[in-house]
Amino acid sequence: MSPLQKAAAIVLCTIFVLIVLATMLVPAPYARQFRDMPNAGPSKGHLLGTDALGRDSLSRLLYGTRVSLLLAPAAALLSTVIAALLGSAAGFLGGWFERIVLAVTDLSLALPWLFLLLTVRAMLPLDVPPMVSVIIAFLMMGLLGWQASVRVICAAARGVRDSDFLLLARSSGCRPARLLLRHVAPNLRPLFYAQFWISIPLFILTEANLSILGLGVMEPMPSWGNLLRGFEDLSTLSANPLRLVPLILLVIVVMCFQLVLPSQEVIQ
Amino acid sequence: MIENARAAKLIRLLLRRLLVLICLGLGGALLGATMVRFAPGYGVEERELDPRWSAQSVEAMRRQQALHEGLTSYYFHYLAALADGDFGESDSLKRPVQELLRQRLPVTGNSVVRGLGVAWLAAALLASLGLASRDWIYEASSTAFSSLLLSLPSAVVAMLAVHLRAPIFCAISVVVFPRLYRYVRSLLVRSYDQPHVLAARARGLRSGAIFWRHVLPVAAPLLLALLGVSFAIAFGAAIPIEALCDSPGLGQLAWQAALSRDLPLIVNVTLVVCLVMLAANSVADLAGRAFEWRTE
Repeated sequence: MSPLQKAAAIVLCTIFVLIVLATMLVPAPYARQFRDMPNAGPSKGHLLGTDALGRDSLSRLLYGTRVSLLLAPAAALLSTVIAALLGSAAGFLGGWFERIVLAVTDLSLALPWLFLLLTVRAMLPLDVPPMVSVIIAFLMMGLLGWQASVRVICAAARGVRDSDFLLLARSSGCRPARLLLRHVAPNLRPLFYAQFWISIPLFILTEANLSILGLGVMEPMPSWGNLLRGFEDLSTLSANPLRLVPLILLVIVVMCFQLVLPSQEVIQ
Repeated sequence: MIENARAAKLIRLLLRRLLVLICLGLGGALLGATMVRFAPGYGVEERELDPRWSAQSVEAMRRQQALHEGLTSYYFHYLAALADGDFGESDSLKRPVQELLRQRLPVTGNSVVRGLGVAWLAAALLASLGLASRDWIYEASSTAFSSLLLSLPSAVVAMLAVHLRAPIFCAISVVVFPRLYRYVRSLLVRSYDQPHVLAARARGLRSGAIFWRHVLPVAAPLLLALLGVSFAIAFGAAIPIEALCDSPGLGQLAWQAALSRDLPLIVNVTLVVCLVMLAANSVADLAGRAFEWRTE
C-alpha cells in the first residue's frame, strides 16, 4: 500500500468513525427546526449554521453522510453478489447461458445508467415515507448496477474454466456446483473485492444525482444529494460559505475511494 | 480479391448488427410495454377517485382505458401502433409522445454532439501532451484534475453551469472529459510502449510522425469503441444538466416524466435513447473493425 493509499484509508476510517458516533456528536436531531433562526451563520450552538428551515447543518451533514456512506457499500455488496453469481456462472458454464447473460449485459450497458434508474423509479410510487425512499433508492442501485462487473467477472471465469487445476478437479468427479463454489469463486475473489470498491463511489454519486433531482432520498431524511440541493440558491452560499462543506466532503470521500482501489497488479 | 472478401465480411457484420438491433428494439418495446402494463396504478384515472362519478361511469372509463384487453391483444395493439410510429400519448403533457420526441431529440443531440466534441478534443490533447513529455508533475496534476472532476456529481456541475451561465454543452463536456481522459491516456500510453514504437524512436523519427503513423493506428479501434460508449455517458449526463439548466431536451423530458409517473412517456423515451445508443455503438464497432482490417 502506497503512502497516498494509506492516507486515503485513514481519512475514510475517520469519517466512518464520525458517522457511527453521529448520535453522540450532533447538537440537535436532524429534523428539528429552529424556526427563529433560518439560514443562520456559524455559531456556538450551530457550528455549520442552519438551513432555510432552521435545521442544524452539522446534524444534517453527519446523518446525511451516515445514510450515503452506509447504504452505498450495502448497494455495492448487493450488485457485486449479483454480478459474481451471474458472471462466474456464465463464464464457467459458457454456451447459450453465457451468450444470453452477455447479451442482456450489453443491452443494459448501452442504456445510460440514469435513464434506466429514472424509468424504474417512475414505475414505483413516489409519495413514500423517507425511510422507504432510502431503501428504494439503494435497492434500485444494487439491483441494477451489476452490468459492468458481470463482463469483467465473466471474462475472468472463462480464463479459470480452461485452467489445468479445474480439468484435474473435473476429471476427479467434482460436480459443477462444487467446482463453481470451491474452485472458480475463490480464484475470482480479488476481482469481486475490486468490483465492490469500484461500485461504492459510483453509487454515492448516483444517489447524489437522484436526490438532487427529487427522485432519491426524500426530505426530511438527509443525504448528500439532499444537502447539495441547497446549492441551487447561490445567495445563501455566499452568506454562509460553510454550506460548501457537504460538497467538499463528498469530493474527498469519492477521491479517497478512488485512491484506495486495489491496483491492477494486485487484482491479477 | 482480399479487398472483396473484406467488404463481404463487413457487409455480413453490418447485416448481423442490423438484425440484432431490430431484435433488441422489438424486445425492448415488449419489455417497455410489459413495464407500463404491470406498473402500479396502470389505467387508473384521477377522476375515478371523484365520488361524484357513478359505478357505471367508472366502469365505462375503465373500458375506455382498454383494461379489459387480454395481454396478447395489448401487446399486439402496442406493437401495431409502434410500427405506425405511434408511441402513444403522454399522460401528463397530453400530447403525442412522437411529437415530443421530434421536438426534444434534436436539442439533446445538438448539446451531446458539441459536448462530446469538446470533451474528446480536451482529453486527446491532454493525453497526447502527457505522452510526449512523460513529466511526472504534468501526469500527477492532470490525473488529480480529472479525479476532481470525476468526483463531482453531474447535477452539481449543472448547478455550477447555471451560476456561471455556461452553455449546456460545456457542462456535458465537463462531465464526460474525466471519464474519457483516463481511457484515452491509458490506451495511448499502452500503444506508445509497444516495441515497434521504441524501434521507431531509436531510429530517430520525429515524435509527431511516431504519434500519427505508429501510436494512433494501434489505439484507433479501441478509441472508436470508446467513442460509442461516450455517447451513453453524455446522454446520461444530459438528464440532470437539462433538468437543472432548464433546457428543453430529452433529459428534461425524462425527468419530468419520472416526476409525474408518466409511464408511456418515460418508457418510450428510454426505448428511443437505447436504440440511439445501440446504433452509435454498432457504428463505432463497425468503424473499428473496418480500420483494423485496413491496417492488417
